[in-house]
Amino acid sequence: MTPAPQRTTGTAAIVGPGNIGTDLMFKLLRRSDLIEPRYMVGVDPASDGLRRARSVGLEASHEGVDWLLAQDELPDIVFEATSAGAHAANAPKYAEAGILAVDLTPAAVGPYLCPPVNLEFNLDATNVNMITCGGQATVPMVHAVSSVVPVPYAEIVASISSRSAGPGTRANIDEFTETTASALEVVGGAQRGKAIIILNPVEPPLMMRNSVFCAVPPEAGEPGATQDRILEAIHAMVARVQEYVPGYHLRADPQFDHARELWKGAARVFVPLEVKGRGDYLPDYAGNLDIITSAAARVGDIMLAHRLGVASSWKSSAELGETPTPATATATATATAGV
Amino acid sequence: MGEMTIRPEDTPVVTDQPSESEVRAHLPAGGGPADLRITDSTLRDGSHAMQHQYTEEQVRGVVHALDTAGVQVIEVSHGDGLGGSSFNYGFSKVEELQLIRAAVDEATRARIAVLILPGLGTLHGLRAAHDAGASVARVATHCTEADVSVQHFGAARELGMETVGFLMLAHKASPRKLAEQARTMVDAGAQCVYVVDSAGALVLDTAQQRIEAVLAEVGGQAQVGFHGHQNLSMGVANSVLAYQAGARQIDGALCALGAGAGNSPTEVLAATYERMGIRTGIDLGEVLSAAEDVVRPFIPRLPWMDRASITQGYAGVYSSFLLHAERAAERYGVPAHAILTKVGEAGYVGGQEDMIIDIAIQLAEERELELEHGDLAGAGAR
Repeated sequence: MTPAPQRTTGTAAIVGPGNIGTDLMFKLLRRSDLIEPRYMVGVDPASDGLRRARSVGLEASHEGVDWLLAQDELPDIVFEATSAGAHAANAPKYAEAGILAVDLTPAAVGPYLCPPVNLEFNLDATNVNMITCGGQATVPMVHAVSSVVPVPYAEIVASISSRSAGPGTRANIDEFTETTASALEVVGGAQRGKAIIILNPVEPPLMMRNSVFCAVPPEAGEPGATQDRILEAIHAMVARVQEYVPGYHLRADPQFDHARELWKGAARVFVPLEVKGRGDYLPDYAGNLDIITSAAARVGDIMLAHRLGVASSWKSSAELGETPTPATATATATATAGV
Repeated sequence: MGEMTIRPEDTPVVTDQPSESEVRAHLPAGGGPADLRITDSTLRDGSHAMQHQYTEEQVRGVVHALDTAGVQVIEVSHGDGLGGSSFNYGFSKVEELQLIRAAVDEATRARIAVLILPGLGTLHGLRAAHDAGASVARVATHCTEADVSVQHFGAARELGMETVGFLMLAHKASPRKLAEQARTMVDAGAQCVYVVDSAGALVLDTAQQRIEAVLAEVGGQAQVGFHGHQNLSMGVANSVLAYQAGARQIDGALCALGAGAGNSPTEVLAATYERMGIRTGIDLGEVLSAAEDVVRPFIPRLPWMDRASITQGYAGVYSSFLLHAERAAERYGVPAHAILTKVGEAGYVGGQEDMIIDIAIQLAEERELELEHGDLAGAGAR
């Protein structure tokens, strides 16, 4: 790169104007002063996302990544929200053009990144992977548990509303399970990970739910100091995620089960999570968009600041005046309604 | 051989067991040596009722008996399909590939099928099952989410497997919607699409209308199948209507061994179809023996239409939630049928077993509140 005058902001392109790309655009506009979303790139001229991007002042094209790379001014960052196959094909082009790639597909070309767990270790990467929506929601919990006790096996179930799962998510469902499972190990710290995703079409749409099961040593299945430390780590991690996803919360208290023979002698902790979205693009049931777009926007802001040698402009939820959703809010509300 | 007296004399009796190629050649149009093909799911749907604790010996015994009886397709997997062994669905006692290999080894004529739910089972798992000798891939999605199966049908066809699509909880989609979803599966490579009554909630004409609609959409390009449950005691009756509407693949399980109140019993299907002069290619005496002498002795609890499973059929709840609800009921001290009713109200779909714990916790909290606030609140909660 040629020496340039000190810049304090950078530009971004979003490739993939679907649910995730469009929601991400709103997150960048709202939360980052450092990143100027400049381009929105798709392949369908009739795309709602392209139309919306134009309406908020982005240059939008349906002519794909080649159009983007032919622009006189290339973006500093590209956020890819297409499909795993598309990103695998595009990644070398971004690298050649010196563009930092934040990958929101399960392609996993670059290292997995989960902001509250391992962002600081990957600041110099040129391509980072945002795992999956389910991964962003559950890896922090597995990491919290594995920071206290060994986790030989972690399993997550992510349930999202059918309406919030666009064609890319559907076409990549196999990559979703494989990538999420792998991130539970690599980033979450479990020895073995397993991921399950469920699409539910019920109307009105259900909020994104995530269930995290961790196998833990037998003593963690009984009340006591170990259990207390696990609970403390879980609550602390929920607060860290809430810094960028205010709707992330525990649906009920973590549930501990005694060790069982069928679980190879392990005990189990079950963490029920719910992610209420901010409603930037789709309504608040689509927390699966928020959890990954908010993480990607945060990662982009911090990595670009690192590249430019300036301070991150990231605005936390507290600074934006967003109140985190209290734990068990829904469960309590339901119980109250019953009374 | 066996109970020949059961056969009405005016019923055509299949004497020659058809070869695999004959079956394949004749099945699409029907009217060959068999008028329909029964797939037995004792070793897959039955895995739910066995809490996934099948041993290799049991699998070998069931496959041998079914194979001897002339059942052409035998499904072997965790109840929730490949990769189902988990905290959420229950861990298998014996690793699934070992059971599939044993089944393949035991079968002389029958083909071994596996179930896979995209989002749970992976292509990696499907390839491993194929390597172990499975030759039929049954790809299952919720009845409105067929497009998540595209990758899996593509992979199965590439592997040279026969393909079957499974539209689960079919009562939740209109016949027209179901037909549209079946089209997606057939375009992706499905050679048959099943209307899957996972909740045992379809009652006679509601089952038949769905079969007709799917057949009208994909007939000529693919077969149509029916998978029934007994929660409202309709499994066999619905299967008869399904055949009459044009379905040519029908699922059963020996002794009804399956989720909820169980599946349409394979032995009852065989007897009923034979009584009606509809040829299944199954030797009735042998299949009755398979149920009575092989399966029944190892079943810990016969599937039955009790309060909880009838509630499932009535409320349209995924059948395999039954034992999970019973376990949660015990853990949290709330009634299983109350959990299942709530599951029905919330609209949870197959695979969301984790939500059973969630509902049990809620019910337990509500009960505590009622206790705290006394009779008044208790009355209000009703």
